Amino acid sequence: MHHEFIKLFELVVGASLVNNFVFTRFLGLCIFFGVSKKMSTAVGMSITFTAVMMISAALSWTVFTGVLVPFHLTFLKIVVFIGIIAGLVQASDTIMRKVAPDLFRTLGIYLALISTNCIILAVPLVNSSENCSFPESIAFGLGSGIGFSLALVIMASIREKLELADVPVPFKGLPIAFIVSAMIAMAFAGFSGLIAE
Amino acid sequence: MTSAASKTGNWELVRRGIIDENTIFRLAISLCPAIAVTSTMRNGFLMGVAVLFVQVMVNVSISLMKGFIHPRIRLPIFMLVISGWVTITDMLMAALAPDAYRQMGLYIQLIVAFASILAGAEMFASKNSVVKSLFDGIGRGTGFLVALVIISAFRELLGKGAVLGVPVLGGARPLLIMVLPAGGFLSVGLLMALFNWADTRFLKKEKGR
Repeated sequence: MHHEFIKLFELVVGASLVNNFVFTRFLGLCIFFGVSKKMSTAVGMSITFTAVMMISAALSWTVFTGVLVPFHLTFLKIVVFIGIIAGLVQASDTIMRKVAPDLFRTLGIYLALISTNCIILAVPLVNSSENCSFPESIAFGLGSGIGFSLALVIMASIREKLELADVPVPFKGLPIAFIVSAMIAMAFAGFSGLIAE
Repeated sequence: MTSAASKTGNWELVRRGIIDENTIFRLAISLCPAIAVTSTMRNGFLMGVAVLFVQVMVNVSISLMKGFIHPRIRLPIFMLVISGWVTITDMLMAALAPDAYRQMGLYIQLIVAFASILAGAEMFASKNSVVKSLFDGIGRGTGFLVALVIISAFRELLGKGAVLGVPVLGGARPLLIMVLPAGGFLSVGLLMALFNWADTRFLKKEKGR
């Protein structure tokens, strides 16, 4: 049990720092550059993404091992995972609207953006190709979520300052944001030795 | 948009997809694979071809089906068509280019979440004829392919001192950083700034005349 816990912890750290989705796998870049202009949006987005990633990891693991593998339908996994995520997002939209209208008002708009996002879809795809167990899948979802949140919050805090900086005209907007992320990526490269394979 | 688009010529549509509305450099969407698979020109080219194929096939099939799709359920149908074609591409790549597939398989599967492909289906193919949609798909797909080839050529030349695996820089030591993740962000940022700069210069000249 103890050993198992350490393994899961390693998976969370690995997915969030060593193989950070944004800086080493380059996923979720549209969202990463699109919503990192304001801190409050970045925080809202991070919470929603982490929650959806964990739940969709659990659901897709169940469907993948329970239905697709025994019936030899694994080639359908892209279609099925997209369906699961779209259904999950739609369901949580409806539930949140009824149960927690305040929360819906702050986080609801982010939910709509999630259903066809590569970073959400990548979690079940990686899990299924690496044959993760159920707790491993959830740990990977959690780690990826934390990693994405970390990237988004770091970037938002830098970009809020960048608004005031005197940037050369051709670099204004996206180009300078890319250069800043190159520097953060260099810093994240320092985590690569953290976990022995 | 429908009436305007139906008057534009076929080659005009292709040109628009490649230059005026270039997915990567102009619209800045579908950026993930533009950085992830562009450390060598070969991978960048293969990814571009895969996207071109999916874009064209999706545009044509949506345009063929447009009479039968009820507007209210169109988005799920589009997603179904896109993921079908992506699955086919995924299998083709795994069979035809197994080495490259091992490195970029995940990104091939993630073509399904491309904003540019859904945009092509929703904004163009569902309203226009099959031929027009075919050319629109060719334009959008080629725009993506060209952008990926430019980025990957830049990175391979600076990072490995080679073009398509053939060393060209002689004895000069390549900059390792350009093939690492950080270099991907750096090269896209620099190339975007370069295009912005060229654009303002070009436009200024035009205004001066």
